[in-house]
Amino acid sequence: MMKTILAKGYLWLLLALLYSPILIIMIFSFTEAKVLGNWTGFSFNLYSSLFSGGMHHSLTNAIINTFLIALIAATVSTVLGSIAAIGIYNLRSRQRAAMNFVNNIPIMNPDIITGVSLFLLFVSFGISQGFTTVVLAHISFCTPYVVLSVMPRLKKMNPNIYEAALDLGATPFQALRKVILPEILPGMISGFILAFTLSIDDFAVTIFTIGNEGLETLSTYIYADARKGGLTPELRPLSTIIFVTVLVLLIVINRRAEKQKQE
Amino acid sequence: MLNKLSQFFMRRRSWSIPYAIFLLVFVVVPLVLIVAYAFTDEEGAFTLGNFRKFMVHPEAVNTFIYSIGIAMITTILCLVLGYPAAYIMSQKQFKTSKTMVVLFILPMWVNILIRTLATVALFDFLKLPLGEGALIFGMVYNFLPFMIYPIYNTLQKMDQSLIEAAQDLGANPLKVFTKVVLPLSMPGIFSGILMVFMPTVSTFAIAELLTMNNIKLFGTTVQENIYNGMWNYGAALSLIMLLLIAIMSFFSNDEDNAQNESGGVI
Repeated sequence: MMKTILAKGYLWLLLALLYSPILIIMIFSFTEAKVLGNWTGFSFNLYSSLFSGGMHHSLTNAIINTFLIALIAATVSTVLGSIAAIGIYNLRSRQRAAMNFVNNIPIMNPDIITGVSLFLLFVSFGISQGFTTVVLAHISFCTPYVVLSVMPRLKKMNPNIYEAALDLGATPFQALRKVILPEILPGMISGFILAFTLSIDDFAVTIFTIGNEGLETLSTYIYADARKGGLTPELRPLSTIIFVTVLVLLIVINRRAEKQKQE
Repeated sequence: MLNKLSQFFMRRRSWSIPYAIFLLVFVVVPLVLIVAYAFTDEEGAFTLGNFRKFMVHPEAVNTFIYSIGIAMITTILCLVLGYPAAYIMSQKQFKTSKTMVVLFILPMWVNILIRTLATVALFDFLKLPLGEGALIFGMVYNFLPFMIYPIYNTLQKMDQSLIEAAQDLGANPLKVFTKVVLPLSMPGIFSGILMVFMPTVSTFAIAELLTMNNIKLFGTTVQENIYNGMWNYGAALSLIMLLLIAIMSFFSNDEDNAQNESGGVI
């Protein structure tokens, strides 16, 4: 009994430590003070200014860019990665091992190396950096994760079903749509979500591929902001909203998965 | 002819071709370019000058060694703090819910810059000075989930009857831990060490924010050189970092592959 209390106490203590910085941001999103740490009374002003567009025009643009890039990158990665996974799954073992090896490189590589290497790629071929290069860079580090989340679904699938569909007169395309697609869909969805969050979160690769045409994503905006010495106050409610959304989403997904397991 | 072409595309293994080309262009070629730039000068002639420059530059070497030191301290702290947490969550006797695991992983979904600025805010709020202490706290805070998760994963898959067997055979709790649990959790520990050490040694911008620009880590040296147009030198520094990480991952590579095969990404 004593042991359980001690063990749980340790977990909660560690969680408190992990969450204290985020809690500070959350608490101070409900006050107006420009400097974080000054409490000037409770107010929703930062929230209303975040939604009414009363803030910096460039922050709004950065948010839109971030989501647009994430949406395009995640969509392309999901399509490219799923097709690739089906292809890789059907390769002969030596080729498959080679593809898996290269597929793991972007996952193992530190962000900064990926960033530098893509930067060198774009400057070597004289490609001017901007929106397109950021999207391409994001696709390149997101797709491997999609492949990894689709692959286990393919492995679990009974390979004879596809052959059976062909024997029963389905065209390969029909067999793909009616047999393979429903099987790998959960893997595609979790791959998409993963790619989306990775893209939104990315800072290191983005900064190397964004060029200097004035394009900003949320990460580069925060970075520039922080170097100037402050944090735009509206980023506090924005981080709070993002954090709470992710928290609720993950807990709901997890609860559902646990329930399904019990049934 | 057309028929043969369509047959070729109908074969499912051909579907890996677009991605193979994509990987070649966006993964293999860029890495080759790092090597190519590292061993050439601005005119494109072969040289070892970039590496010599690193060797004779005390500031760059010092930053490199200092970064390794910080990364090692961070890794050890994460291991010491994270292992008990992973152990407690993996043991049925403590009845912790799965949501607890999610709570530990969740901070990874918050933008790293926001997390870092939140740490700065916390230190300001508590009137603690920014500096080395803040740097190490920030790094541990940022990367602790990367240590807990892989260890939790291995411990959870461990066969519990092995522990019972050891107990039945008369091992005391300490013996059970050192002779059974710890050796079996080694794969998780190795990949946790790699997953903490690697980002700590390669981050940039984070250290500057946590120390008010007083401490610079190696990642920033790389970024500054690339940013200031010293592509060849920057590429050489990247290659040195890549080498360090390759040496590190050499030890835990097998475990990682095994994990990827079973496909537990999230």
